[in-house]
Amino acid sequence: MSTAVSTPAGVQVASRIRYAFADGMVVMRRNLLQISRIPTVLILELVQPIMFVLLFRFVFAGNITNLPPGLTYVLYLMPGIFTQNAIFGSTTTAIGLAEDMKKGLVDRFRSLPMARSAVLVGRTTSDLAKNLILVLLVIGVGYLVGFKFQNGPVGAVAMILLVLAVGFVFSWISATVGLAIKEVEGVQAAMFTGIFPIVFISSALVPVQGMVSWIQPIAERNPVTIWANCARVLALGNVALPTDRTTHTIPTTSLEGLLAWSAIWILGLLIVFVPVSIRMYRRLT
Amino acid sequence: MSPYGVRMAGAIVAEGLRKNFGTVEALRGIDLDVASGTVFGFLGPNGAGKTTAVRIFTTLLLPDGGRAEVVGLDVVRDAEALRARIGLAGQSAAVDENLTGLENIQMVGRLYHLPAAEARRRAGEILERFGLAEAADRQAKTYSGGMRRRLDVAASLVARPDVLFLDEPTTGLDPRSRMDLWAMIRELVQEGKTILLTTQYLEEADNLADRVAVVDLGSIIAEGTADELKDQIGGEVLELHVKDPAQIGQVAQALSGVGTGEPSIDAEAGKIRIPAGSDGPVALLDSVRRLDDMKLALEDIALHRPTLDDVFLSLTGHAAEQDQQEEAGSGRRTRGRRRGRGRDG
Repeated sequence: MSTAVSTPAGVQVASRIRYAFADGMVVMRRNLLQISRIPTVLILELVQPIMFVLLFRFVFAGNITNLPPGLTYVLYLMPGIFTQNAIFGSTTTAIGLAEDMKKGLVDRFRSLPMARSAVLVGRTTSDLAKNLILVLLVIGVGYLVGFKFQNGPVGAVAMILLVLAVGFVFSWISATVGLAIKEVEGVQAAMFTGIFPIVFISSALVPVQGMVSWIQPIAERNPVTIWANCARVLALGNVALPTDRTTHTIPTTSLEGLLAWSAIWILGLLIVFVPVSIRMYRRLT
Repeated sequence: MSPYGVRMAGAIVAEGLRKNFGTVEALRGIDLDVASGTVFGFLGPNGAGKTTAVRIFTTLLLPDGGRAEVVGLDVVRDAEALRARIGLAGQSAAVDENLTGLENIQMVGRLYHLPAAEARRRAGEILERFGLAEAADRQAKTYSGGMRRRLDVAASLVARPDVLFLDEPTTGLDPRSRMDLWAMIRELVQEGKTILLTTQYLEEADNLADRVAVVDLGSIIAEGTADELKDQIGGEVLELHVKDPAQIGQVAQALSGVGTGEPSIDAEAGKIRIPAGSDGPVALLDSVRRLDDMKLALEDIALHRPTLDDVFLSLTGHAAEQDQQEEAGSGRRTRGRRRGRGRDG
């Protein structure tokens, strides 16, 4: 006879959670093995952030004004680049899912008695691990062009965690897009047309004050602005606190305010996109 | 057997199973009863609804109407429990080509919730059995088509499912790999597994299945043993391929009266097909004699058992319209081979 799992009514919540976790880890391990088997993909993914660092650091640097007093552009830029990089990196979640769907792997997974969340949990967590590697490498690149953490190791670690959390949130958004579009090329196009404006209409790369006046309120409310500002303060200290005239109910001109807003956005988006994407996975045809 | 009460029904049961994709009716009310421990063949061309049915039985797709049960579990209500009891391989499932053979099977074993040690032991055992032991530590992308398909079937067996769904398991395989896979499937039946197999090849259904359902446009249009189906269609077919297509009219005229029914003539391809009932050799000799007398040249002449196309022509009045019809027949090796080589080379 079959294994003990097949008792339908008796499956308790605890064992469900345990299996959801275990199944997610099995899928994560498989995804990580995949990355280790084709490391060129990782290397290619590193090219883009390096290009951004070099372009902004050396081409745009002299033209960027409105910097917070006491900050050079490279210091201003790099925490934004880390944030941007984590967000861009999340597109691989959608692409990986679309590829698995195309190849029929998702069908196999869906025919197995595994947790319905596992494929998505495995994908977002393996992308989280991949993002950690990328963030560390890009920090290394930052150091080569003149960036330095200035707020102690706790601040540095906190910034890395924040950036990873942002990447994780976007992985779930990316998963939702991937499940909706299902095709690798379409997913790539959709993610980039969506992500470019979200990242560029924010303080990630340039200060909001230099933008046209009607776009400023949008940029100020963009969660990417909050995360980038928060990453900046964590990495550099209070010298990086934004000076924008803010309209938020909790002021974003203090570290506490930035952390609170960052957390609200991260949790809020997860609360929406985790269940939505799992539901979409369940209902795949 | 079952603690929930004795069920008279078979291992796979469907009643009025329906599925629509938009305005397309993929399944138009299918009834099915597959006895435990037997092989059931789903025979039909691409788009007939075979894969849709398999996807419903394996809980990948929700039916729009009717109901289906596998090992007594409802595919909708008891989907979760059912998944632990079935295996799926073929067109509808895949292996991860970046993982090794062993890693693939182990992963599937873990996802069937086998303990890690057992998943490993079973993976080794099953790879050995399917002749993949030596390739176990190689990435699946280095495997040949046949090896990949074997790995795929192996993965579906890791947790010893009661019922196995094989969706076109041999489509695209070379003859040798197909034979290997057939042998594997026969072994599984001997172990008492129930297998539902979809195929485009009558020959395959004939070789493996205890019973066959012919599916077309979402409905089962005939069901029975392979022999019963062949009897329905009316036996052997004589096929002639004329050397000079311009002479096809003359050839057809020369052969009037040969065989047991009206010939079908494909002037463009230069082919004539004549139903020959059970007197194939007589019709063949008769044709050769007549054409030789009239000095009409042939490219090829062969007698063959009914193909899927014949089944379809006979049951539905339209052709199955699928690429591999050549391979489904027998006795025409040369042409089939030539065509096959074009793909490889």
